[in-house]
Amino acid sequence: MATAVENSSYQVQDLIAEDIDAYLLQHQHKSLLRFITCGSVDDGKSTLIGRLLYDSKMIFEDQLAALESDSKRVGTQGQNIDFALLVDGLAAEREQGITIDVAYRFFATEKRKFIVADTPGHEQYTRNMVTGASTADLAVILVDARKGLLTQTRRHSYLAHLIGIRNIVLAVNKMDLIDYDQSRYDAIVEDYRSFAASIGIGAFTPMPISGFIGDNITSPSDNTRWYTGPTLIQHLENVELDVTAARAMPFRMPVQWVNRPNLDFRGFSGLISAGTIRPGDPVRILPSGKTSTVRRIVTQGGDLEFAVAGQSVTLTLADEVDCSRGDVISIAENPPEVADQFEATIVWMADEAMLPGRPYWLKLATQTVTATIQAPKYQVNVNTMEHLAAKTLDLNAIGVANLQTERPVIFEAYGDNRTLGGFILIDKITNATVAAGMLHFSLRRAQNVHWQALDVTRDKHAELKNQKPAVLWFTGLSGAGKSTIANLVEKKLVRMNRHTFLLDGDNVRHGLNRDLGFTDADRIENIRRVGEVAKLMTDAGLIVITAFISPFRAERQMVREMMKSGEFIEVHIDTPLAEAEARDVKGLYKKARAGALANFTGIDSPYEAPEAPEIRIDTTSLTPEQAADLIVEELLK
Amino acid sequence: MSVTGNAELKPESGSLTHLQRLEAESIHILREVVAECERPVMLYSVGKDSAVMLHLARKAFYPSPPPFPLLHVDTTWKFKAMYDLRDKMAAESGMELLVYQNPEAKERGINPFDHGALHTDMWKTEGLKQALDKYGFDAAFGGARRDEEKSRAKERVFSFRSASHRWDPKSQRPELWNLYNARKNKGESIRIFPISNWTELDIWQYIHLEDIPIVPLYFSAPRPTVERDGMIIMVDDDRFPLKPGEAPVTRSIRFRTLGCYPLTGAVESEAATLPAVIQEMLLTTTSERQGRAIDRDAGDASMEKKKQEGYF
Repeated sequence: MATAVENSSYQVQDLIAEDIDAYLLQHQHKSLLRFITCGSVDDGKSTLIGRLLYDSKMIFEDQLAALESDSKRVGTQGQNIDFALLVDGLAAEREQGITIDVAYRFFATEKRKFIVADTPGHEQYTRNMVTGASTADLAVILVDARKGLLTQTRRHSYLAHLIGIRNIVLAVNKMDLIDYDQSRYDAIVEDYRSFAASIGIGAFTPMPISGFIGDNITSPSDNTRWYTGPTLIQHLENVELDVTAARAMPFRMPVQWVNRPNLDFRGFSGLISAGTIRPGDPVRILPSGKTSTVRRIVTQGGDLEFAVAGQSVTLTLADEVDCSRGDVISIAENPPEVADQFEATIVWMADEAMLPGRPYWLKLATQTVTATIQAPKYQVNVNTMEHLAAKTLDLNAIGVANLQTERPVIFEAYGDNRTLGGFILIDKITNATVAAGMLHFSLRRAQNVHWQALDVTRDKHAELKNQKPAVLWFTGLSGAGKSTIANLVEKKLVRMNRHTFLLDGDNVRHGLNRDLGFTDADRIENIRRVGEVAKLMTDAGLIVITAFISPFRAERQMVREMMKSGEFIEVHIDTPLAEAEARDVKGLYKKARAGALANFTGIDSPYEAPEAPEIRIDTTSLTPEQAADLIVEELLK
Repeated sequence: MSVTGNAELKPESGSLTHLQRLEAESIHILREVVAECERPVMLYSVGKDSAVMLHLARKAFYPSPPPFPLLHVDTTWKFKAMYDLRDKMAAESGMELLVYQNPEAKERGINPFDHGALHTDMWKTEGLKQALDKYGFDAAFGGARRDEEKSRAKERVFSFRSASHRWDPKSQRPELWNLYNARKNKGESIRIFPISNWTELDIWQYIHLEDIPIVPLYFSAPRPTVERDGMIIMVDDDRFPLKPGEAPVTRSIRFRTLGCYPLTGAVESEAATLPAVIQEMLLTTTSERQGRAIDRDAGDASMEKKKQEGYF
């Protein structure tokens, strides 16, 4: 077996020993390439990474000793070193012999430092691969020469392309096990070429390798004299970096933080995502559209004459313009778009499925806004690339959908700028990152519907009625007593000459919302419409009383955010499930228990009780009459 | 020569160096936390990684001082030279320095000679949790690197902790692009590792190029030592229990990693300058944490276990 350590092209030990200053000078000029390796469980991915680390002397003697003893104990390579053990980290997965998460590894050659994202080939871990690929300049797609292209090869290639990786390496591995058969290699490359073209991958770099033996990793292998292309390391050392390519794009810097040490200094700090900038360059601040010019590029080491994509800097401007976190500083003549409705590709990453209509936090660059997603236009089968009809997206599903943000977002198509086109979605209750997305384009609708300014204002409406508009939002289980108490409240208010309107769950479902059922998505849409109607009524000056189960915290929060501050009063009609079920006024619990009613709140659909309602009514200790008095008193307080 | 200067770069051509990229990434992370968290703090252990992290923080917010305090979770057993540098750097950076010592450990006289693993557990792990709770910090910067240890290679830059400070490696938030999710519920906190992607060599090279002050113990000098369990230990003060008739031996030593002096093994070395230290590091064949007793006590999954329990 040829030991790659001896003929390694990046042996630097001699230079270190003889002239450390020369070595340091060389090292300090290295650039940085990030790449991912993808392959199926047995494609030899961990072995390849272990080999790269081993060959670049990133393994120390004590680690090597541990590796040798581990190899004998749990390794799969007999008495040989099992490089995979070096790479597989967490204790739990050691025993299973598979990688379960994204791990980052480091090595360097004479020209570059490398960060490798090791991502799993397991079916259920699409999200890990997308995560690892999101920061990569290049993807190494590993194929076992004995097996040729697998479903997983196609999936990994599709994902790498989806996430915008421009450099794809097709590494046909384990060439030693097919006796370095050129015709077999050529057939695999041809297979891949036709597949790649079908999903829009224009160019890729194929190479025959063996991670186990070391063929064509650091130096050309004698076993494959018919192959004249670069070795893997040569290729990794020479491909163009995304950060360098981004310099040719128009200047963009999302503002992270405003630096104000004193009244004389106001700097805007951020990481430049595209282009270059110099003092004197005209810039535009988005979303305001105001223009100014760059005065200084401030760093602790002194002002810079220019700065480029990939640098973290602080800019000062010649004029006093409003600019804060979330804004984008752009070159003046070519700014990014601002819109609030988009089409996007979404990769769902949470166990709980996507809920169309539910508000999520959307974080894009330094902007965080509330966003709702419509039902997907289609889902992509990542194995066949077929478009499938879908009502939602489950864990690891990828689909295309329209989404709407509650205020305009500064963005670019993901294909043009990863920073201004890539976003994550965050669940508002659990705070988990539930999805990643890539914006395609804005929908024209957002640009054409303008807000009509009205001469008779909402204040005028309220003044005429001599009252302060409000929404009393009743929430609670079916049979809790919402409608009964709401009726009493309205009667009392009318007796006091207040102008009111009661929106009742059952009644609304006979008209406005008769097209909606009781799935989670329909319940959300039901509440959204009721929220919008209630809002219009408060604009008309009314006191609105609503009686809906409204089981989800996130949707009640959505309605709260629609209303003017202080006008949303959440009333929790708190009746224990057992009590509500015992009353069972409409006989619904009985039906649900018998299985005749699906998605019934409290039985097979959850009720999320309010954490801090403005008013809480304990119906086990108050009569409906007492409860109504208490609510009226609170409202008019 | 500094890393940030654009001496050899042109706007049209030339690549940013790996150190410029790493620096820009770390600064971006530091700023995100300050913009999105209510009460951040920087864990400052006075070692070389802390030195780099502090230096990056000063760059990130220049000309303002970093808008958070430094927290030193002290065991009372650090090297004297570390306490000296700690106080000097806090004064120079204009940052508030908080020193926390676990009162229970102090009262019970927990020390590395009599209490073994309990020493680390009480002073460091428990001390850290107590300090974070006491001040109500919701975000803590730490200087851990992914190249140090296998379980760290898989930890996120933003690492989420439950209200009881536990880390669950099975339910980490996916971290895409450079978008970090800093949202959390009350009582929960986030540990942030701005230098995750730096290697030991990057750290040394950056210290060299940026001329960052570090504890002199990293450089070789004649120092009083004894041998314990195959490790060379420096006798840093008179609390060290010598055996009857034992006298410290002067050896030319330095440290690759710094912690509690009775637990930190020295290496015999003549490397008295940074390039010489880097040269020695590159030519040696044992990994960095080998000098620390802490990783050895529970087999190969030891660090992962400690992290789940709340160790940084």
